[in-house]
Amino acid sequence: MNTTTSVNGCFVFKPSAKKKKTLSLEDHFSHGCESAESSEKRFKLCQDLWDKIKSDTEVLQDDLNRKILDSLLDFTRKCSSTRQLSDWASQMRASEIPTAALVLGVNVPDHDMTFQSLSELLQQSVTPHVASVQAKECGALKHLMKRVLERLMGTDVTVDDEEEEEAEQTSTPLHKSVHCSLSTLCDWYKTKTKKSNTPGKKRSSPSRDDPQQPPVVIIFKDLEAFNPKVLQDFILICSRYIERLPLMFIFGIATSPSTIQHMLPHSVSSLLCIELFQSLSCTQHLATVIDQLILTHHFPFKLNAKVLQVLMSIFLYHDFSVRNFIKGLQLALLEHFHSQPLSVLCCKKKDALLNVMQLSHSDLERIRNLPSFKRYVEKQEPQEQVNLSKDDTHLKEVCQKLIKGLHKYHKNYYPVLRCLHTLTSSLPRYPLGKQVRELHLICLEKNVWENEDYQTAMKLLRMLAKDELVALLQRCVEILQPVKSKKMKNAFLQLTDLLTKFKQLDIAAEPPPCVEEPIISPVRNLQKKTDLFQLQKTLLEMNESRRAKKLSPFEVLRNEALEFLDNLVKSHLSPPESHTLNEVCYYTSSATVRRHLNATPRTSIQAALNSPYYYLQNDRLKTVDGSVSNSAPDICIAYKLHLECGRLINLYDWLEAYATVVSAAEGNNPDSDNYGKVEEVKHARFIRAVSELEFLGFIKSTKQKTDHVARLTWGGC
Amino acid sequence: MTKMLQHSGYEEERLQRVAELLPCREVQAGMLLSLMGQPQQCSYPSIFIYGHRASGKSHVMQVLLKELELPHATVSCVECVSVALLFEQVLLSFFGCDAASLLPRSPSLSDFVRIYRQHCSQTPAKQTRYIVMEKAELLRDTDANLLPALLRLQELVDDNVTIILLSEIVWDKFRPNTGCFEPLLLHFPDYSKGELQQILSQDKHPSYSAEFYSSYINILLGVFYSVCRDLRELRHLAALNFSKFCEPLAEGKVKETDTHKLWRNIEPHLKKAMQTVYLREVSSLQWEQLQQMEERECGALRGLSAHTHVELPYYSKFLLIAAYLASYNPARTDKRFFLKTCFSYKINKFVVDSRVAPTASIFSQISSLVTLQLLTKVSHDDQLDAPKYKCAVSMDFICAISRTVNFEIIKYLYDFL
Repeated sequence: MNTTTSVNGCFVFKPSAKKKKTLSLEDHFSHGCESAESSEKRFKLCQDLWDKIKSDTEVLQDDLNRKILDSLLDFTRKCSSTRQLSDWASQMRASEIPTAALVLGVNVPDHDMTFQSLSELLQQSVTPHVASVQAKECGALKHLMKRVLERLMGTDVTVDDEEEEEAEQTSTPLHKSVHCSLSTLCDWYKTKTKKSNTPGKKRSSPSRDDPQQPPVVIIFKDLEAFNPKVLQDFILICSRYIERLPLMFIFGIATSPSTIQHMLPHSVSSLLCIELFQSLSCTQHLATVIDQLILTHHFPFKLNAKVLQVLMSIFLYHDFSVRNFIKGLQLALLEHFHSQPLSVLCCKKKDALLNVMQLSHSDLERIRNLPSFKRYVEKQEPQEQVNLSKDDTHLKEVCQKLIKGLHKYHKNYYPVLRCLHTLTSSLPRYPLGKQVRELHLICLEKNVWENEDYQTAMKLLRMLAKDELVALLQRCVEILQPVKSKKMKNAFLQLTDLLTKFKQLDIAAEPPPCVEEPIISPVRNLQKKTDLFQLQKTLLEMNESRRAKKLSPFEVLRNEALEFLDNLVKSHLSPPESHTLNEVCYYTSSATVRRHLNATPRTSIQAALNSPYYYLQNDRLKTVDGSVSNSAPDICIAYKLHLECGRLINLYDWLEAYATVVSAAEGNNPDSDNYGKVEEVKHARFIRAVSELEFLGFIKSTKQKTDHVARLTWGGC
Repeated sequence: MTKMLQHSGYEEERLQRVAELLPCREVQAGMLLSLMGQPQQCSYPSIFIYGHRASGKSHVMQVLLKELELPHATVSCVECVSVALLFEQVLLSFFGCDAASLLPRSPSLSDFVRIYRQHCSQTPAKQTRYIVMEKAELLRDTDANLLPALLRLQELVDDNVTIILLSEIVWDKFRPNTGCFEPLLLHFPDYSKGELQQILSQDKHPSYSAEFYSSYINILLGVFYSVCRDLRELRHLAALNFSKFCEPLAEGKVKETDTHKLWRNIEPHLKKAMQTVYLREVSSLQWEQLQQMEERECGALRGLSAHTHVELPYYSKFLLIAAYLASYNPARTDKRFFLKTCFSYKINKFVVDSRVAPTASIFSQISSLVTLQLLTKVSHDDQLDAPKYKCAVSMDFICAISRTVNFEIIKYLYDFL
């Protein structure tokens, strides 16, 4: 286990003077950073990239949420407008509280953003009165009331019998009378709406639908976590005021809408007018995020297959949270710029070329040591090899060329990847994956065309009917069209050419019926012979003859098209490792990402107990063969000793063993009488170590034998 | 004909108006009136009225007190998150906001009594004052002394005041074990079918005749009476479905009197309403929109309970399955099922697939499953070292989950062996 990062993480930054605090972000970055001289530049690049990622994802989020938010807004508007109708039906029917059940999926960390933008939108376009509440702040009914009132009215609300409010005694009597009840809210609402009606005092908020009676929206962010009793009571109270106060609820639901029925009895749910809104699934959301952030050449920063795999598996296996995925991306970004000095070149082409010219000698040495560059050098002429290793200016020129090449590679890679994906994503059993990210992972790992699945996919493609193939090729053409690179333009022309040829086939006269004699004759033979071997042979022959048979013009064209695509794949979808200087852009340390994002507390505890040196960094604790030194902390010694025991541990034996080890550490003479004696201090230390182990869950007391404890672990975990 | 209410203390006209406003509740209203006596007479300290939801308890009280202009305070107990609110509302409606503002921050019962007496001596009651407490069953959860004290408030404050408790629960469930003053009990029975018919027919649509609406109510009750006797709900349903009932009339196909044809038209529609909108599977708003749409499109809208599928992360699914097994299999059978494939992760009573290292996010998944109410914590909150959880999902749910991860849960369930 590598501990450098954990040590860095544990570093305590002393809170210095406040002035310095503003700088601290960059200071943190440069602290312990490789090659400090370029750290400033790298920090700026990193920040710019992150800002771009952040703003892009926000825009994306807004776009994705737009649809559902729009329908929600419609719903609120509709509700507030139907309330004012005075026809017979709306008078007769019970006035229900309009409720939007918003199903958001189990990716709870992402919900905050959705609710944030939702309440902002509501405030902008429907009503200024929006309050959102969370379950954890509303344990009892009065707390819920208090929060709702506070957030709507923007004042403090007193709830009686609460000690914390002693300090507010000084407040004015008027303030005190703000009691925690909905009638207070009603009065407040009345004055509020009246005020807005008086001319000259018009509020600026553009609630155009219904300036007199904007609804009061209460958002329950996590419905499942609410105490059902509290919620029921709250709804009962609200329904008493619905005539006077145009209330409206929004329930944020993570699981399924049937939760509402589980939580609320019919007598309560009949007070609500519930409408369902389903949000986009998080996997779709992730697909768009990946599409925008990763599968594009606009971001110079890339992840290699393993890192991407780690991030993906955290998403799919653990939390379904897009926000955490982006956080992971941010971590990788930061780590890359922090640990890789050559990341100064990880930026836009123009800047990168400039930065190449400003590289210092040590940076150039680093380039010479890059594995991909070494491979490149080996392929050059001997004279060139010498030049590259000696002449810095020459190296810079070559680097510029290589950087250009890398950018070109990215420019061509993604369109071709998408083309291949469109072709293969509709094949039966998805040999190359359903999602474009799966194909991307395959391509990142190794040459995709050597993959077995690729071969099957190609075989399946060769069996496609004409209209299907033409449709797929048409989509490929659409993908290639907007790409501004010479090679892609060329490919685009060739593909359109092929497509026109396909279309011409239709116009061309029907091919004359083929002479099918060569096929018919073996079939005839087949009827005569019946043994298995012969059958196989004839079938093979048939196959041969069919292959040898003159292909129809469509088949010729189909093969030509697929051949063309195959070539396209082979020339553009090579994995990044094969490209020189890929280390500049690709972040590869998947272990770091995994350790940071998917922490394993148990492993850390065990590592700490097994080898305290990792965390304490005390030279005295250094040992060679994984054994614990005598001077290790008590708990480590106790832990080590308990590992040698069976399921039940005799406490006295354990104590004796412990005392012996500790005595050795104190440097006592092994022959003296006191050696290994259990005295009070040692006894106390031992007891403490044992109870700490019990707290950590390694042992527990057992009733089987009074002076024994039971082990709860077996082997390493 | 409505029966006449008769009482010597009140004007004839008023009583008649009250009787008109209280159809089918004349008996109870009369009884109440005689209990209350004439305004200036001293009344019984406490009356307890119970009856099911929407059986007219609050309505009768409101109408009586308002129409006869008696001094009263109406308090809903569900709203009183603290007793202070209750006291405040009572004082406010009897003595104005001066009295209410005299209450200290966290008033006790004696504070209330003190202030009440103080004001009461300044403005002694000329008429009986009434305090109506709706949803009185919630009083049982407040301080133990509140309910007994309210029942004999008359003595405490030395004023002509009567407490009227309204509840859906019988008095027997209220009686505190320390004993208390017994209030007068009054029962409001459910409305019969005929009474419902009579009451509902009163809110007729202005543009249709009374007979027509009455026949509609008759059909409606025929469908719904077996499942629902809640007046409020029935009125709501009547309003929602009336436009559909009138449809053939508007198209000119049927005459108002042709009841049979109208019945044929509306009956399947009402049956459908019973399955959807009555259960709030479909909201009333959506139901109204549906009526405007074509019949064929109706199937497109799915109710709330139709969406039961829950998308979960891969490991969460396994955690849930493991929790389900751990909750429903006896612990001693663990060995039998998991000897080779899995190991039992006893601390949390979980069975975790041995390939997965217990990482922090696995632990956090457990707690997020708890917030999603898929697991519930059974051990005490304070017990940090050995939390115990119980799986709170249904068999169908867990089967659906295990199907998505190709795990045959039936094979591992003890009850199915």
